[in-house]
Amino acid sequence: MVGDKGWKKWLVICAFLLPNFIGFLFFIGIPILASLGLSFTKWDLLTSPEFIGVENYKAIWHDAEFWAALKNTLLFIILYLPTVLVVALGIAMLLNKKMKGRTFFRAAYFIPVISSWVAVSLIWKWLFNPAYGLVNYFLSWFGINGPDWLQDPNWAMIAIVLTSVWKDTGFVMVLFLAGLQNISETYYEAADIDGATPFKKFLHITIPLLTPTTFFILIISLINSFQVFDQVMIMTEGGPAGSTTVLVQKIYNHAFRYFEMGYASAVSWVLFLIIFIVTLVQNRLQKRWVDYEQ
Amino acid sequence: MSSEIKLAAKKQQKAVFTIGKRKVLRKLLFYTTLGLGALIMIIPFLWMLSTSLKEQGATMTLPPQFIPENITLSNYSQVAESFPIWKFLFNSLFVAVSSTLGQLLLCSMAAYAFSRLHFKGRDTLFLIYLATLMVPLQVTMTPQFILMKYLGWLDTYQGLILPGLFNAFGTFLLRQFFLTTPKSLEEAAFIDGASHFRVFFQIILPLAKPALATLAIFSFMQSWNNFLWPLIIVSNQDLMTLPLGLSNLQGRWATDWNLLMAGVVISVIPILAVYLFAQKYFIKGITLSGIK
Repeated sequence: MVGDKGWKKWLVICAFLLPNFIGFLFFIGIPILASLGLSFTKWDLLTSPEFIGVENYKAIWHDAEFWAALKNTLLFIILYLPTVLVVALGIAMLLNKKMKGRTFFRAAYFIPVISSWVAVSLIWKWLFNPAYGLVNYFLSWFGINGPDWLQDPNWAMIAIVLTSVWKDTGFVMVLFLAGLQNISETYYEAADIDGATPFKKFLHITIPLLTPTTFFILIISLINSFQVFDQVMIMTEGGPAGSTTVLVQKIYNHAFRYFEMGYASAVSWVLFLIIFIVTLVQNRLQKRWVDYEQ
Repeated sequence: MSSEIKLAAKKQQKAVFTIGKRKVLRKLLFYTTLGLGALIMIIPFLWMLSTSLKEQGATMTLPPQFIPENITLSNYSQVAESFPIWKFLFNSLFVAVSSTLGQLLLCSMAAYAFSRLHFKGRDTLFLIYLATLMVPLQVTMTPQFILMKYLGWLDTYQGLILPGLFNAFGTFLLRQFFLTTPKSLEEAAFIDGASHFRVFFQIILPLAKPALATLAIFSFMQSWNNFLWPLIIVSNQDLMTLPLGLSNLQGRWATDWNLLMAGVVISVIPILAVYLFAQKYFIKGITLSGIK
């Protein structure tokens, strides 16, 4: 009861909270702390862990593969993020009108979102097949001799980016659609009276009023893209010549291929730190461009 | 005079005609763009289906056969003979359903405590929950793996299911929802002498159905599509879920695309069926959570 005092009250609280809390402590809380602790050790799981101070972090600083992985991850983000934002916003704008077949189109764009990354990566690996894949076949219609996408260090990352854009467009589009529907019709009506062109309306009404949504999408997509892994693992395993090795692939390799638990944990904390700082900076910068006046 | 009027009328007619023409043209462009986009989204899936129905040699022809010359189901039977694909399907389903039900119960109970019960340190504890949301999965996965190893939970269902039950996101989502539901009903129930458990199960949960549906879809999808965690802790084929099983298919048949695509079709169909039934909730769930 609301007014319960003493042990009875705590019994109720424990009954509701404890099942979740114990699991949370066990599977989230302790692992987070353990991972921080592990990052200061050297441990192959066979012998006992050895405390080595900040050696792992020093090693990361001098690890050329780490910088390459960071560079590849950033390259992925730079190529992926603007593309998926522009494509998804475009489609969301088109779908934001009352029209025939809207549900069908929305459903079509959303199917890749619900499919698993493994399934999508396999399908695209086949589409990117240099000899018999559909991508190069379609390119050949225009007289273009398509590259050997996933075997060519210059093209492998682009293939992964294209696959990712294809899979995530529907997801970002749905978020944009929700944002567009929040913009009041009256703004557009007022602009119509002033005789504004569609482009001007887009530039001066849609874009500014959509900034809260864009900000939200940017934060989420950025966090997600720093953690890109499944598609890389299935499509290239980080190759060819390390051209698609991303940070999470590197963590995975160290932890579960070379059994360097300490080093893997240290890299994962560096990743966390990067994500944390980027998110913080974005939060700081939001005042400059996000428009909450509605 | 009359000729002038005629001329003006003609001009106007012409203008109306151009506007109409422009409108049609615009509509055409509009649907072409959308249609082309939709085609790009759907063709890979059709290609997957078509490839899965082809005979061995028919995948490697130029120009490609969009509709297979000889349609065969033998790829499906070969996949089922070489891999326990139905077992994969069962595992995926079992793990996803138990994670979903478990998360719904555990998160809603904790959310009730965080929104309705009063105790010291409640808000601090909730803040700690929230803070863990920022920590990427990669930070916890190594210690979690070691934990599983020492518990002897590698290659077990509990290892697949339990660690995923306790993400703070579900608790957060439901707490926010509970905070917005009016308290008058429960207060009346308390006056009638109802216990917290009755209020929770008979008043709070029924009211929270939309939020629960959102969380259910979200956790089902997350679990169904999860690849990294099963990859880390499962090596026994009998415990593999579909994504992991599929990656094993790839290990065996690197270039037998007809077989691989048959496996992919088997993995895509169930979630597609669920989606077509519950499309509205999927989209709502995504919009609300913002997480894939």
